[in-house]
Amino acid sequence: MAGRNISVSEASRPKLPRHAKLRFDETRQVWVILAPERVLAPDEIAVEVLQLCDGERSVADMVDQLAAKYAAPREAISTDVIAMLQDLADKGFLTEAREKTP
Amino acid sequence: MSDILTEGKTTAAPNDGLEVLEQRRSTATSYGIPLAVLAELTHRCPLQCPYCSNPVELDRSGSELTTEEWKKVMTELVELGVLQIHFSGGEPTARKDLVELVQHADDVGLYTNLITSAVLLSKEKLSALADAGLCHVQISFQGNEPVVADRVAGLKNSHEKKIQAARWTRELDLPLTVNAVMHRQNLHQLSDIIQMAVDLDADRLEVANVQYYGWALKNRAALMPTMEQIEETSRIVEEAQARLKGVLAIDYVVPDYYALRPKKCMGGWGRQFFNISPAGKVLPCHAAESITGLQFESVRSNHSIAWIWQNSEAFNRYRGTGWMPEPCKSCEFREIDYGGCRCQAFALTGDAGNTDPACTLSPMHEKIFKLAETEAAGGNNRFLYRNFAGGTLETEGDHGA
Repeated sequence: MAGRNISVSEASRPKLPRHAKLRFDETRQVWVILAPERVLAPDEIAVEVLQLCDGERSVADMVDQLAAKYAAPREAISTDVIAMLQDLADKGFLTEAREKTP
Repeated sequence: MSDILTEGKTTAAPNDGLEVLEQRRSTATSYGIPLAVLAELTHRCPLQCPYCSNPVELDRSGSELTTEEWKKVMTELVELGVLQIHFSGGEPTARKDLVELVQHADDVGLYTNLITSAVLLSKEKLSALADAGLCHVQISFQGNEPVVADRVAGLKNSHEKKIQAARWTRELDLPLTVNAVMHRQNLHQLSDIIQMAVDLDADRLEVANVQYYGWALKNRAALMPTMEQIEETSRIVEEAQARLKGVLAIDYVVPDYYALRPKKCMGGWGRQFFNISPAGKVLPCHAAESITGLQFESVRSNHSIAWIWQNSEAFNRYRGTGWMPEPCKSCEFREIDYGGCRCQAFALTGDAGNTDPACTLSPMHEKIFKLAETEAAGGNNRFLYRNFAGGTLETEGDHGA
């Protein structure tokens, strides 16, 4: 089963699967992730990370970018980002870029 | 990050949609901006499941909302702040305009989910729905093999068609939920159904014990599981949830009659969700029409959907906690479960304003627990199949299938 049960590392190139949509909800003025029978409310940091999850960028790139932006220790950022993404992956709201099987 | 489960589908839901998304409000606020709407496009269906969630009085095809009416409804829903639409039925694919409706939902920005029996789907139809922006497909299964499944569905070859449609769904890279409705006569297949969901490459499995309103209430004696079955079910589900973490998400709906606490039905009456019937009635839940004496407004009335949500008598009747009698009124759980299910309270006590007998604090609780045990042991396995004629009893040898 490609794309599922992923283990997030700095080499991963994660993206949201088709059934999970990150949107800004104008009515409530909050960011939401829409998924089957679920609505998730990501916090500001999660939104920033998820917007970087385009299936092209690696987690390492994201961590570099965030470490530079917040002038924070790279190691701490890496730990937090991987933990957050792994949690989302375990719930089925994150997948890895893959070649589409014909 | 907070995870909000809809429709009170698990009692372990850590959070509540309104608490998380509308943090300015307190839990005590009786309602918010609705999150999701169940759109029952039609009551027509090729299946005859004896636990159908539709009302016993089905809407005829002539009364169904037109394509243009549904489109106008969806546009209004988005203005109201609704995020998700579930296309359901009856069988939603019996509507010839389904692709057009999904396309419109996508155009106006709704997250779309198709809840289907799948027996009318072709690969071309699924492909057109995917192109129209369909986000997710949920297929109901009645068992893991044709003998049990086709008999429960009351339709020959239905299981085989479902398996085929589920495969097409994944071939088109659409996410799939397998919805397994469980009862005494198929619970022995649960382990195999879980494996079937894995083999079909489903993302999610709903193990939903039958809830006894409408058709299911009429068939309760033939469907009610035994306490031993429920204990075994919980064990199987927990084991599978741990084993399949990251592979298959499993949601479990416990059976009310054997519960200790009632479910937070619909996340609270008129609080986060509503339902639109084929004829356009705006309902606090899909079974609400079973409560006699409540008047429900229609999208065809002069009122906007927003007005109906905020002001109609039916929505306000059981909102929040103000309507509650004892033992709910002074109960510490009153804002956790909102007194359980109004339709069940009505079905079992004759008054929708009573405490849901699923709760141990209800004076009826012991009685319904005993009733469930007695019916489960009674050995009446004969179904009353769901149809427009008020139901047809299963005959020996010919299972309606």
